[in-house]
Amino acid sequence: MSQIALSNVSKRYPGGHEALNGVSLAIETGEMVFITGHSGAGKSTLLKLIAAIERPTSGSVVVNGQNVGSLRARGIPFLRRNFGLVFQDHKLLFERSVFDNVMLPLDITGFDRREGARRARAALDKVGLLHKEKARPITLSGGEQQRLCIARAIVHRPSILLADEPTGNLDAGYAADIGELFRDFNRVGVTVVLATHDTQLAARLQPRQVEIRGGRVHHD
Amino acid sequence: MTSWLAAHRRACSGTLARLLRAPLASLFNIAVIGTALALPLGFYVVLASLQGLARDYSPQPQLSLFLAPEASAAEARAIGERLKARSGISASRFVPRAAALETLKARTGLDDIIAGLPGNPLPDAWVVTAAGADAATLDGLRGEFRQWPKVAEVHVDSDWARRLDQLLGLGRHAVLLLATALAFALVAVTFNTIRLQILTQRDEIEVAKLIGATDGWIRRPFLYFGAITGTAGGAAAWLMVWAVLALFNDRLQPLAALYGLPLQLAHLDAGDSLTLLVFAAALGWFGAWLSVRRHLGAYNPR
Repeated sequence: MSQIALSNVSKRYPGGHEALNGVSLAIETGEMVFITGHSGAGKSTLLKLIAAIERPTSGSVVVNGQNVGSLRARGIPFLRRNFGLVFQDHKLLFERSVFDNVMLPLDITGFDRREGARRARAALDKVGLLHKEKARPITLSGGEQQRLCIARAIVHRPSILLADEPTGNLDAGYAADIGELFRDFNRVGVTVVLATHDTQLAARLQPRQVEIRGGRVHHD
Repeated sequence: MTSWLAAHRRACSGTLARLLRAPLASLFNIAVIGTALALPLGFYVVLASLQGLARDYSPQPQLSLFLAPEASAAEARAIGERLKARSGISASRFVPRAAALETLKARTGLDDIIAGLPGNPLPDAWVVTAAGADAATLDGLRGEFRQWPKVAEVHVDSDWARRLDQLLGLGRHAVLLLATALAFALVAVTFNTIRLQILTQRDEIEVAKLIGATDGWIRRPFLYFGAITGTAGGAAAWLMVWAVLALFNDRLQPLAALYGLPLQLAHLDAGDSLTLLVFAAALGWFGAWLSVRRHLGAYNPR
């Protein structure tokens, strides 16, 4: 069974905008998949459906054997712990230090504090920010903020990494660094699903590419 | 279980840290809650002291049976026997007329006038303590004793205490109403404070939800905040009343001494103090709970 399986999924937003229309897609454990397409094509909606941030209007989204669409509100937090989420706008907490931002997912799951601190430092080290653990996120550059967001996404060792335009606001050098990070995670068995229109990144990583056009899978 | 406890400890210490980070705002908040609680608390303390006074002065409901002047010692004894045999009476004590006169002399300092009297104008008396304190029992006893031979007059000594008790009952009612109104105020204050906090921590809540926080986890620090400010407010109220009593008692004592009353306003005892703190904590928690319930539900990340 696929780790992520969408079958005949449609999503219509209130107001009538149809973001996805009959999308079927299967992603296996350990795959790296780029969801490509123009902005507004429905890439972000696809990721949101997988992470249970949105619910499909019709069709089914199954993650690790769980039907996301029929999940009760209580179950959603536990489903989300399977994911590491990387956002284009980072969604960092500016009142907390870099270290505390990375600790957040571990605090949420009630992780042992000392073991958690060790893991948080390992994650920061992985993205090259260990020397800035006491800094405030606002003092970091755009690329560093994105790397911090990635550290936060992987600190609890999720099986699936979902990233929405992770290189969207970055210049080419930073984008290449981020791409390398994703490749590393994928190599240790993490499923990586990336929504992007960064063709350079795709050319470098050579992933499976799924193009969404007009709410449908145009090319797989 | 341990991780659950650790999560609670972390939420609690995180909340304390947040309170200390904005000390002035926290202080004002606690002062508002403290004042709201201090008002009914102060009234309660005054009432409790007056109640103690009323109780001391009528420890048991007493009736005085004044015998007719011509009653002999044997007849007085007979009445004593009869009182002993009667059920519903817990104690009786004979006060001979001579002893009564001595007491009168000693208490009032009217020696000169009493010395000028041709004889002892006071009658013998039996002082009876009834087993029940309610008005019906006492009235019944009074009616019965009046019928007895050689009993000239029966006084119920606790009439004034009963009146005071009625007044105090009214006061207790007023305190209860006041406390209810101000408990609402406390809940409202916490409700609003938490609402503002939720607004300012919107981003944090949204991110936490996105990365798998349960509603309980998000709610917890707010509930702790409510309970902690409530408790601190209760402690503030306790201190305010303590300070007022300390100042007030100094003034009150000379006044009370003029009336021969040992009136001293006593602060809450340990049990009542604990009740106050628990009550304040519960109200704060409840206000926070209402607020969180009302305002967190709307936050679903996009």
